[in-house]
Amino acid sequence: MSSFDHNPIVEMRNIEKHFGPVIALNGVSFDIRPGECHCLLGDNGAGKSTFIKTMSGVHKPTKGEILFEGKRMDFASPRDAMEAGIATVYQDLAMIPLMSVTRNFWMGREPVKRVGPFSFMDFTKANDVTMEEMRKMGINLRSPDQAVGTLSGGERQTVAIARAVYFGAKVLILDEPTSALGVRQTANVLSTIDKVRKTGIGVVFITHNVRHAMAVGDRFTVLNRGKTLGTAQRGQITPEELQDLMAGGQELVALEGSLGGTV
Amino acid sequence: MSSTGAAVDERIKETSRLRKALIRPELGAIVGTFAVFLFFIIFAGDSGMFNAQGVLNWSTVSAQFVIIAVGACMLMIAGEFDLSVGSMIGFAGMSIAIFSVTLGWPVWLAILLTFAICIAIGALNGVIVVRTGLPSFIVTLAFLFILRGFTIFFPQLIERRTIIGGIAERAAGDWLAPVFGGKVGGFFFDWLASQGLIAVFERGNRMGEPIVNGIPMLIVWALGLMVVAHIVLTRTRFGNWVFAAGGDAQAARYVGVPVARVKILMFMFTAFCATVFATCQVMEFGSAGADRGLLKEFEAIIAVVIGGALLTGGYGSVIGAALGALIFGVVQQGLFFAGVESSLFRVFLGVILLFAVILNTYIRRIITGER
Repeated sequence: MSSFDHNPIVEMRNIEKHFGPVIALNGVSFDIRPGECHCLLGDNGAGKSTFIKTMSGVHKPTKGEILFEGKRMDFASPRDAMEAGIATVYQDLAMIPLMSVTRNFWMGREPVKRVGPFSFMDFTKANDVTMEEMRKMGINLRSPDQAVGTLSGGERQTVAIARAVYFGAKVLILDEPTSALGVRQTANVLSTIDKVRKTGIGVVFITHNVRHAMAVGDRFTVLNRGKTLGTAQRGQITPEELQDLMAGGQELVALEGSLGGTV
Repeated sequence: MSSTGAAVDERIKETSRLRKALIRPELGAIVGTFAVFLFFIIFAGDSGMFNAQGVLNWSTVSAQFVIIAVGACMLMIAGEFDLSVGSMIGFAGMSIAIFSVTLGWPVWLAILLTFAICIAIGALNGVIVVRTGLPSFIVTLAFLFILRGFTIFFPQLIERRTIIGGIAERAAGDWLAPVFGGKVGGFFFDWLASQGLIAVFERGNRMGEPIVNGIPMLIVWALGLMVVAHIVLTRTRFGNWVFAAGGDAQAARYVGVPVARVKILMFMFTAFCATVFATCQVMEFGSAGADRGLLKEFEAIIAVVIGGALLTGGYGSVIGAALGALIFGVVQQGLFFAGVESSLFRVFLGVILLFAVILNTYIRRIITGER
């Protein structure tokens, strides 16, 4: 499906964020449409994390506006953003390893059934839904009681993504989901992103790996020193150009030359 | 790419049933319980440890441990400690004594007021920990001293002594006191005695009555708290939040778990358990002493750790903690029955604590896949 027939779900306009004297974001514009994967690229310190935290309600922007489905929004907390349909999957804070997959999946939104005056967690429903949603994402669990700690890094990301999708996310923000993963696990996560996008959810994929971005991205926005350097459509830009933009241009060209084009 | 992850990974060995059984928090405590009973049946089997009085003796001591261990267990799973439990026991007992004996208020009022004060102090502990982000170890250590200090100061100020007696007389006829100090199931023991199954008094003014004439409410409280806490922890939404708050507070917050509320409630529950302990003790002894409850906080924590909970939070079992408390009570009283020097109990405690922590660390590695 072409995502350009739709209006953006979230539109961020000229976002600035100052921490005391430090200007972390200095005019960032970004939007995400249903069913697209919009990659946000940038080197370490470019402001990617600050930017997505602004989008997910953790930080309040100093200047600029956030439009959600065309209306101006002020998220007071991550909870507000979540309820509006913006789900964020953080790289290392996604899951609690000692708890079972089911308990993690439903954490904060446990299904309950009432028995007289008491309400209990409905484990039959919780387990069935968890198994089914994980199967849709291509992971067959041995058992829903399995601790998340026994899953691989890629599988943990997938549980977090499946959870966000199941609970009706309209926008899914993935914070460097592939940066700590091996080749095969990265492939799994990228294919999960592709599945999610096809369901009409807008995916914001933060990465500093151009190849991962190129594998699934529909649009690419590059952040450098707190500013957007521009947004490109798929096919309008080569990986080399993206890489140059991220690194701020000239220095990397020289460096790349000396490394024989391997970076 | 479409079939990724769907196939069974050939490098993950099929886990055996034994290994699955191993990955339970209670395992160590279950094994320990069997070992301890076996030991004392062999070495103290004929000492009277397993007749009605003997069983009642170690059950009562174990029940005391269970009551505080249940509170400490829930709190530890939520990721916090309470080192003020022992001082709170002393404080609560003294509070009941001052309200009922010194001030002459009805015992039920003294008990209810004490519960309110102690639960409020528990909440204060929790609020300070949650608001400041300080380790609960430090915050509750401060309350260990603050509460113990007041427990010694007030009775000295008011009564010029550190033990206040006369509570039993004040409690006679009170409607709430028997809930903590009474006994249940007397008819059952009468029947057992009439069948000649348990011992009866052979002389004195209670001749013919069974020596064990009921189950103390202390044991009823212990069982009740254990069952309720176990169900809440494993079967309810709130229980899931307790695990989440202790497992990774930040991750839990991100998905909307009210971590601060959960932790504060668990501090309040721990204070509640300490107050139940204190009330039962005061009703049993008929007096309150400023030194009551000394070291109880550590004994509670040890029972919880023997029961398989991780000191770092997020993992544990109420049943395990209760078994840990049972091991405690049985060994402490069993050494007495077996005629062993009682100071060796502390040696045993230290050794079993070390073993439990090592076993727990090993189990945690299996679960989280760390190496």
